[in-house]
Amino acid sequence: MNSQSPIKQTFTKESLKKQFRLSEFLSEKIITSVAFLSIAIIFLIFIFVFKESLPLFSFGNKAKPNTEIQSNTDKPETYGAATEELKPETYGATTTEELKPEIYGSEPVSNEELKPETYGESKKEDLSVPLADEPMDAVSENKEGADNTWSTFFSTEWVPVSDNPRFGLIALLIGTLKVTIIAILIAGPLAILAAVYTSCFASNRRKEIIKPIIEMLAAFPSVVIGFFAMMVLATFFQDVFGYDSRLNAFIGGVAMALAAIPIIYTISEDALSAVPKTYTEASLALGASKAQTAFKVILPAATPGIFAALLLGVGRVFGETMIALMATGNAALLSANPFESVRTFAATIGSEMAETVFGETHYSVLFFIGSLLFIFSFILNAIAEFYVKGKLIKKFQGK
Amino acid sequence: MKKSKTLSENPFSKSKVKGDGIKEKAVVGLTQLAVILIIAILFIILGIIIYQGREKFSWEFISSFPTDGMTKGGIFPALIGTFILVIVMSIAAVPFGTITALYLTEYAHEKSKFAAAVRFSIRTLAVVPSIIFGLFGLGFFIQFIGTGMDSTFNGGELRWGQPNILWASLTMALLTLPVIIVSVEEALKTIPRELREASLALGATKWQTIRKVVLPGSISGIMTGTILAVSRGAGEVAPILFTGAAYYLATLPGSLSDQFMNLGYHVYIMSTQSSDVEKTMPIQFATTLVLLMLTLSLNLVAVVIRSRIRRKAK
Repeated sequence: MNSQSPIKQTFTKESLKKQFRLSEFLSEKIITSVAFLSIAIIFLIFIFVFKESLPLFSFGNKAKPNTEIQSNTDKPETYGAATEELKPETYGATTTEELKPEIYGSEPVSNEELKPETYGESKKEDLSVPLADEPMDAVSENKEGADNTWSTFFSTEWVPVSDNPRFGLIALLIGTLKVTIIAILIAGPLAILAAVYTSCFASNRRKEIIKPIIEMLAAFPSVVIGFFAMMVLATFFQDVFGYDSRLNAFIGGVAMALAAIPIIYTISEDALSAVPKTYTEASLALGASKAQTAFKVILPAATPGIFAALLLGVGRVFGETMIALMATGNAALLSANPFESVRTFAATIGSEMAETVFGETHYSVLFFIGSLLFIFSFILNAIAEFYVKGKLIKKFQGK
Repeated sequence: MKKSKTLSENPFSKSKVKGDGIKEKAVVGLTQLAVILIIAILFIILGIIIYQGREKFSWEFISSFPTDGMTKGGIFPALIGTFILVIVMSIAAVPFGTITALYLTEYAHEKSKFAAAVRFSIRTLAVVPSIIFGLFGLGFFIQFIGTGMDSTFNGGELRWGQPNILWASLTMALLTLPVIIVSVEEALKTIPRELREASLALGATKWQTIRKVVLPGSISGIMTGTILAVSRGAGEVAPILFTGAAYYLATLPGSLSDQFMNLGYHVYIMSTQSSDVEKTMPIQFATTLVLLMLTLSLNLVAVVIRSRIRRKAK
C-alpha cells in the first residue's frame, strides 16, 4: 500500500471519467428498446383491435371505410371497391381449395347446432315485427348498414345473421354480468376465506402444502375446466336442481369461479401476508384471539389488496372465453333467471368470428366488442394498480 | 374496546370468553372448510378426468391419427401441432422476455417513469382477456403483416395472409410474455449483489457482468419461465381459435404457413361440435387427460425448479 504510487498519478479527472464503449452503449440501447416494445404491444393491441371496428364509426356509406382500410395494407388494386370481391376474402382459409373440405367441413354441423339454440326464439319474433318495423328498416338499413347498427346496439336482440341483422349488446351485457356475478359470489368468499386460513391460521408446514395445491388450479387450462363443467357439472346440477336447460349461466358461473379462485386466492394471500407483523403482535398482545386478530385487524388492513384481487378476478371472468363457450349454453336470451342459457361478450367473439366475412358489419361489431373488453380489462387493471396499491402503501406507512 | 373488556379478568365476562371460544373455533373452522372445499374440488376434477379418460388412454391413442370423422383413432396430429406451437412460441417469447426482465432489474432506475410504464404494460398484458389476443392476431398478424407480406413478396398470392402456425405462435408468445418476464425477474433478483459488485470491481463493464455473471446465474429462472409459458401456451385455446387452429387435417403441418391441430382446440371441437358427442365421450376424456397431464407435469417441473432457486437464495 505504502510502496510506490504510480497509480496515484493516473487518477486524473480524465481517467475517472466513464469510458465510452460501443458494445456497452449498444447493448444498453437494445435492451431498453426491447423493453419499450412491451409498451408498444399494448398500444398495438388496442389500435389493431379498434381499427377493425372502425367501419362502424363512419356513418353513411359503408363501402368507403372498407377501401380506406385496404389502402393501408398497400393493396388498393386487389381489393378495389367492388363488393363482390369482398366475399372471398373471408380472411383466407376459404379460398384455398385444399383446406376447405377439411376445416370448414365442420361448419354445417356447428351451424345446425347453434341455430336452433340461439336464434330459435327470436326468429318467431321476427315474423311479428315486419308489419310495423321492416318497411322502415329496409329503407335505411339494407342500403347503409352501418347507419342502423348503432341504434340496434341498445336493443335486446342479438341476431347478427339475418336479412335484418340486429346487434343488441344489452342481451350480451346482461348475460356477461349474470355469469360474472355468479362466479364472483362463489369464488370471492371461498378464495378469501382460504387465503385468511393460509396466512393467519395455518402452520408453516400446512402453508407449504396448501399454497402450491391451490395454485395448481391455476394451471388447469380453461378448456379443461369448461369441458369438465359441460360434461360432469352440468349433469350433476341438473339432477340436483331440476331446471330445464342443461347448460346455463349458473353452470358457467360455477366453472368460471374455478378459474377465478386461484387468482383471487394468490393476490389476497399476498396482501394478507404483507400486513406488517407489528399489527398482529399488537393485537395479540392486547389479548385479542387469533380469529379476532385475523378478521378485525389483518383483514381490514389488507382490504385494498383484497379489493384488487376481486377486481382482477372479475376481469378474468369477464373475458373468459372457452368456459363461456362450452358451459353457458350460448343463447342470447334476456332474463333474470340464472338457470337460463346466456351468451357472453367473449363467447360471442369466439363462436362467431370464424363465420363472418371480412369487412362486414358483423365482423366490425365483433371487433368493437373486443375493444370494449380490452378497455374494460385495462381500466380494471389500472384501478387495481394505482388506486388500490397507492392506498395500501399509504396505509402501511402511517398515512 | 369490546375486546379489552372481554379479555380482562372480570368474572362477569367469563361466559363471554367461553362463547368466544366456540365462535373462534367456528370462524377458524369456516376458513379451513374453504381450503378443504377448494382442494376437494381440485381432486374431484382430477379424479373424474383420470377415471373417465383412462380406458382410452394408451400409446396407440397418442400416436395415431383420428379416423372415421374423429369418432375413432388418436390425437397424434393435435399433439404434434401443440408441440410446434409451443416451440415457435418459446423461440419468439423467451429472448424477448429475458431482455425485458434484464432491463427491469439491471438497467432501470428505481424511480424511472419509463420502467414503471413497462411494468404497467406487462401487468396489463397479463390481464387482457385471451380472446383479445386472438382478435389482435387476426387484425395485426394476419391482415396487416400477413397480407402485407403477400402483396410485397408473393405478388398478392395468398400464403401468409391467412391463419397459420406462425401467427398463432406469435399471438401465443404475446400472451405468455408476462409469465416469462416475471419468472426471469424473480431469478435475477436472487443473484446476490456482491457478485455483481465483485465483477464490476474487477473492472468488468456492466454488459460483461450481465453476460458472464448475471445471466448464467439465472439460467434456471429462465427455464422456469419458459416451462410455465409452455404450459400456459399448451392449454390456452381462445387466441388460436381464428389465428391458425384447424378442425381436422389429414397431414401434419409441413411449413410455418400451414394450419395445425391443437389439443385444447381438439377438446373444444370434439365436445361442442362433434356429430356424435355421446359416442366420442371416452376419446374426449382421454384427450382432456393428455392435455391436463401435459400442463400439470410442466407446472410441477417449474415449481420444483423454482423452489430450488428459492432455497439457493436463502
